[in-house]
Amino acid sequence: MTASQTVAPQTFEPLMEVDGLTKYFPVKSGLLGRATAVVKAVDGVSFNVAQGETLGIVGESGCGKSTTARLLMHLITPTAGKLRFQGKTVGTAEMPLKAFRRQVQMVFQDSYASLNPRLTIEDSIAFAPTVHGVSMVDAVARARRLLDRVGLEPKRFAGRYPHELSGGQRQRVNIARALALEPSVLLLDEAVSALDKSVEAQVLNLLLDLKEEFGLTYIFISHDLEVVRFVSSRVLVMYLGKIAEVGPTDALYEASAHPYTTALLGSMLSMDPDKRRTAAPLAGDPPNPINPPSGCRFHTRCAYAADICRTREPALSLVAANHHAACHLSDPTSGHTRPTRPAVAEVTA
Amino acid sequence: MISIATVPVLEPVQRSPGYWATVLRRFSRDPVAVGAGIVVLLLILMAIFAPLIAPADPYKGMALRRLRPPGTDGYPLGSDELGRDMLSRLIYGARLSLFIGVTPVFIALFVGSAIGITAGYVGGWVNTILMRVIDVFFAFPSVLLAIALSGALGAGIANSVISLTVVFIPPIARVAESVTTSVRTRDYVEAARASGASAFRIVRTQVLGNVAGPIFVYGMSLIAVSMILASGLSFLGLGVKPPEPEWGLMLNTLRTAIYTQPLLAALPGMMIFITSIAFNVLTDGLRSAMDIKS
Repeated sequence: MTASQTVAPQTFEPLMEVDGLTKYFPVKSGLLGRATAVVKAVDGVSFNVAQGETLGIVGESGCGKSTTARLLMHLITPTAGKLRFQGKTVGTAEMPLKAFRRQVQMVFQDSYASLNPRLTIEDSIAFAPTVHGVSMVDAVARARRLLDRVGLEPKRFAGRYPHELSGGQRQRVNIARALALEPSVLLLDEAVSALDKSVEAQVLNLLLDLKEEFGLTYIFISHDLEVVRFVSSRVLVMYLGKIAEVGPTDALYEASAHPYTTALLGSMLSMDPDKRRTAAPLAGDPPNPINPPSGCRFHTRCAYAADICRTREPALSLVAANHHAACHLSDPTSGHTRPTRPAVAEVTA
Repeated sequence: MISIATVPVLEPVQRSPGYWATVLRRFSRDPVAVGAGIVVLLLILMAIFAPLIAPADPYKGMALRRLRPPGTDGYPLGSDELGRDMLSRLIYGARLSLFIGVTPVFIALFVGSAIGITAGYVGGWVNTILMRVIDVFFAFPSVLLAIALSGALGAGIANSVISLTVVFIPPIARVAESVTTSVRTRDYVEAARASGASAFRIVRTQVLGNVAGPIFVYGMSLIAVSMILASGLSFLGLGVKPPEPEWGLMLNTLRTAIYTQPLLAALPGMMIFITSIAFNVLTDGLRSAMDIKS
């Protein structure tokens, strides 16, 4: 349980198994463009996604959330790591990339940039099915049914261009486009972050309805902790390319085990004036991923950092059912304790 | 299978005007550009219907009636150094001048776009190799390159078209590469990749529509340059050979008359000037019509 960064076997059969996903971007400099350093954007991330759940992925900008999404979609090639889907390794003969992409689709953050300005929205939606051998007429018919389903009347919207639509309408089109291949998993990379609050709520409700209707599994990437709490059944917290904590939403939000998660949650706005905080929960920017800190990557900003944190990297350890944290405090064998915070002591007990 | 509430299949929907329809509408509201377009159209019509318009045979000279000034009876624009009708030669000249001005640009548009889009979309070492080879051609000024190639290949219409094509491939490839590079990282291309489409299919359906406009406008702007270079080659004796009527060549053969009949000697130059200005203004109009800020 403590040996590696792997999430412990769970009670459900995982739909997607991510094993040691790693992406280093070389930093090139000089005349010959030799790689002089690497940005460790995603560094040995392993997690499972269960059929029908919504896994929220949160973290600060630059923590590797979007890189993880693009790695999962195989839009960029990983430096290391394996991805298994329905028990089959993706990219091999048993699960070719094209078959995998039929099952897993993505909704991007920028609703405008993710639609081709030269194509009508029905053509944009119909594109993917035609790639997989659906005839143009059938694909367009499917596109119109999907438009209708996401709340855009096909008669009025099918023949329009992206610039004639509002941000919320465009994001509905993007969702319809992602659904056009009838996938089982939807990767939502900050899919509602660019929308204003009222539209965001509508789109979120649409996503929840679609999930139920089509039996979808969501991987919901966002920096918005409130939204993640609203939609997710499980949450994964990332810090500098590594998993800090992963666990069921309620357990994680109410009894976070990792000091980073606690600080992150402390930055959430509260409706209760008594809970208002004046001091920033976290000081400074995250360290540079080109040269991440030794040991625990969070030790430079952690209030509980001890000597062991500077030298030894914590593995994910179980703190409660299905709830893991990569912190020496959660690992009784590390010898690192935190007497000042009884809440955590309760959880670990 | 996903079951979705059914809507009657493919009934007509409201269609918004597409990009090119919008460009055309904006272009039609620009009187200067439309004027230039009409001039270009007239020049093309003049070239096509030269035999019907020209009052005389452009090859038939009259040794006794050489270098008549414009307005002479029977010679509305005078006669050249061999006594041939200037007006007829200028009208027939549009055929060759337009042909060797426009053809290289269109061939270069195909070849250059193919190179540039490939380099831009594939990226990496393919881009490096293709674009460094292209850069070699940039080391030569275009006039010198055209002259050198024409000189090496020998005079003639086909050879001047070939050498001008080679001159225009590098700049078009460079423009195509830069617009493709900017388009290929857009999210809609990523989304198309995520759908499992092949690179060729993505370029054809998602990239081409977004890069064709800027590349085409750039190509149009090269037509004026091409016309002048083609005329220059003919002037130097590397292009069209006498007695073919071609504006650049006519400029050359009439240069000896510059002191005696300056107006006559300037006429072919005027035609080149009008044509290249018309193409330039037309290009500017197209460029601003395509600059749509949604």
